[in-house]
Amino acid sequence: MDFIAYLISGISLGSVYAIIALGYTMVYGIAKMLNFAHGDVIMIGGYVSFVATANLDLPPAVSIMIAVAVCTTLGIVIEKLAYKPLRAAPSLAVLITAIGVSYFLQNAALLIWSSNPKSYTSLFKFEPLKLLDGELTIASVTIVTVITGVIVMTTLSLIINKTKIGKAMRAVSEDKDAAQLMGIGVNKTITITFAIGSGLAAIAGVLLASAYPILTPTMGAMPGIKAFTAAVFGGIGSIPGAMLGGILLGVIEILGRAYISTQLSDAIVFSVLIIVLLVKPTGLLGKKISEKV
Amino acid sequence: MEKMVPVPSRGIIPERDVNSSPILEVSHLGITFGGLVAVDDFNIVIGKTEIAGLIGPNGAGKTTVFNLLTKVYQQTKGAILLDGLDTKGMNTVQVNQTGIARTFQNIRLFSSLSVEDNVKIGLHNQYKYDTLSGILRLPNYWKAEKQSKEKARELLSIFNMEHMAKYKAGSLPYGAQRRLEIVRALATNPKLLLLDEPAAGMNPRETEELMENIRKIRDTFQIAVLLIEHDMSLVMGICEGIAVLNYGKIIAKGTPEEIQSNPEVIEAYLGKQKED
Amino acid sequence: MKKVKKLRKSTRSSLITYGLVILFFVIVQVMMITGNLSSSLRGQLVPIAAYIVMAVSLNLTVGILGELSLGHAGFMSIGAFAGVIVSTSLENQIANAPLRLAVSMLVGGILAAVVGVIVGVPALRLRGDYLAIVTLAFGEIIKNVINILYVGYDSSGLSLSLKSANALGLEEGGKVVLNGPMGAVGISRISTVTAGFVLIIVTLFIVLNLMHSRSGRAIMAVRDNRIAAESVGISITKYKLMAFVISAALAGLAGSLYALNFSTVVAKKFDFNTSILVLVFVVLGGIGNIRGSIIAAAVLTVLPELLRQFNDYRMLLYAIILILVMIATNNEKIKNLINRVTLMLDLKTKNDPKKGGAA
Repeated sequence: MDFIAYLISGISLGSVYAIIALGYTMVYGIAKMLNFAHGDVIMIGGYVSFVATANLDLPPAVSIMIAVAVCTTLGIVIEKLAYKPLRAAPSLAVLITAIGVSYFLQNAALLIWSSNPKSYTSLFKFEPLKLLDGELTIASVTIVTVITGVIVMTTLSLIINKTKIGKAMRAVSEDKDAAQLMGIGVNKTITITFAIGSGLAAIAGVLLASAYPILTPTMGAMPGIKAFTAAVFGGIGSIPGAMLGGILLGVIEILGRAYISTQLSDAIVFSVLIIVLLVKPTGLLGKKISEKV
Repeated sequence: MEKMVPVPSRGIIPERDVNSSPILEVSHLGITFGGLVAVDDFNIVIGKTEIAGLIGPNGAGKTTVFNLLTKVYQQTKGAILLDGLDTKGMNTVQVNQTGIARTFQNIRLFSSLSVEDNVKIGLHNQYKYDTLSGILRLPNYWKAEKQSKEKARELLSIFNMEHMAKYKAGSLPYGAQRRLEIVRALATNPKLLLLDEPAAGMNPRETEELMENIRKIRDTFQIAVLLIEHDMSLVMGICEGIAVLNYGKIIAKGTPEEIQSNPEVIEAYLGKQKED
Repeated sequence: MKKVKKLRKSTRSSLITYGLVILFFVIVQVMMITGNLSSSLRGQLVPIAAYIVMAVSLNLTVGILGELSLGHAGFMSIGAFAGVIVSTSLENQIANAPLRLAVSMLVGGILAAVVGVIVGVPALRLRGDYLAIVTLAFGEIIKNVINILYVGYDSSGLSLSLKSANALGLEEGGKVVLNGPMGAVGISRISTVTAGFVLIIVTLFIVLNLMHSRSGRAIMAVRDNRIAAESVGISITKYKLMAFVISAALAGLAGSLYALNFSTVVAKKFDFNTSILVLVFVVLGGIGNIRGSIIAAAVLTVLPELLRQFNDYRMLLYAIILILVMIATNNEKIKNLINRVTLMLDLKTKNDPKKGGAA
């Protein structure tokens, strides 16, 4: 019974990773950049919803919407100010800029909300689900997270596969220049991608803060790295890969923590990643890259 | 133009019989990529100092043949004998050390390094010393560095490029980049030199000079040259033997005269050119 | 004539780099003797030296080999904790502190090199961002593992446990060297500014001489064009691994120097953020530019200190400066502008008709 409980909380944590990883992977696929500031957008999302509920007394649904709106705007602004001028620059320069943005967000949060941890009250207050005569208890946030994960992933898949903007996104990720020649607004597509990714980060921020209710300016860093790992794990640039990678990572982390070692859970996650990459060098669902000679 | 590398040159190439002294013997060579046959039943013999041409329409598999010879790809069928030695199981590095050097259709220089360094890298396996000697600058470092510098200058002089030695390779004009690639390949001391479209992007005067130089390289170094080229004046002008490839298969082999009058070739390749 | 001049140029560039470090060391020494160095700055000298070595060694991987590593601090960590363990164990055997420091650093460097081989052999098969994530993962694993290590030292030698300090079962008078998440404790601080200076010079000697040797050229050939390098008989694996392992060894040396400068050191000090910090030094100093790495590491380590007057805003300022510098040095429009200005200046100085026809 324990195992099932662990598995469920693993899937729940994995859903959060998957939602973050989707942001990473979409931006990577389209702008070919590692957006290391993505984790910090999660943190901003968490704080904004905290302010909305705790300080402004707004209902949970409104607070989530505000968080999504703020993060989406933030994502667009970051892209326009910091990344757009570097569209033709070497990838390492963009990476360092992203790190600069990450420092900026963390320190801005530090100034606004101070380094004292804020305790977040979960937005999901209904009763935990008790199954099998109370032998299996599933926390409300776990249920909400898993459901949200499913909704987000389905919606995103629909957007990418069925809509015009999704088609544009796929085209840009395949070949930027060719897409441009076909009349696709590359800059607009990249901006939209950032907007979607950042909106997802806000949702992830709310879910993360509800599950681990301590807010600090650096709270996004580790989930960010883990989600990035998840994206690579599944094959960076691949949407289903990010989902699969995220969920597997969450499950491995929780099971590793439960059955092997609490302190080594991160080491286990990263070891699995290394092993997977050695067997499949471009991740589980990644495309094989071959260079033409 | 007269300055050449002082290696023994006999001036006149001895009469060669391609079949009795081959440097390269390829038999039934083939490769398939996921069911697609890229090269099939490819047979060719090249004499020790022969200049041979490999021609054919775009996509016929010419570069794939080069990639097979240099082990960028491993063949799925057939055998490659270099100077009588089967290259099966070798990798690119080993094939180069056994005696095949090449240039690339899309120029692949070490573009951020100097022209001289590019050639010195080609001399990597000619003038050796270990890493520690290099870091500590032991006497063998100085000796080998001096030798490789002199050799690099010597090789660059084939194309009168000594004065460019310190230029960044990537900053050279297109034609000079192609020539540098040839020099770099020669630096590895090959028995067989593979040139992938050496005249691409060159003007007629440069092409003329290139033909002259390819002949000179063969005469001085006494090596075989196999070249892929679309410039028919070059191919017909310097190649002693030509193989025509179409859809991964050899459709004709022979002297330039024979190839020019072969109806199948005209249909597959030259005929196409006339339409242009 | 021109050739001789140009050849001297690369040697001269190396000499300037050495000269810069020596000059900086002399100035610091003079300031220390005359008492013109604030104590906070003085305390930063050894860390600065360690970060300079970190930056130069990472530049070997990122700039010279052309592979992105996000776990360089992992090697620093190995060197740090190995150095501390060795130093504490040899406290009675080697009374001479500088000698003990040298031995500790050497062991730290060697161990980091060994780990470099273990990580490098599988990881270097991967390309680009996949290699980057594996190095990141490796750095995090090192941190995790060191966090659960308990190492003690007594008359019977070293003992190791994964549970707790008590489980070490140390004799009376025995010492806990590594105390799990608390890190290394009770370190005797034997690192000196002079040792830091010597390490920088040794690092420069190794890296600069390597760059201008046969192996260095092979490494840069692999960076510039992997396929072409193979075609001229250069083993990709060998030279990738060589650069990676030398880089790891130097990071190990820097780690030992760093750790033996403090009385306590925790594994968290060498996490992803430190790897990134060093990467920032390398990129801002110029990828492949060794002198730039030195300057960037020194300036950026002191910068937060210099921005102290801005108090709470200093890290925010640091972030903004970082972003602005990256945009200014990499934006096409701004770069073209700079190029045009330098070209104009160039044309004015070089109006020599002979040079014009060279290309």
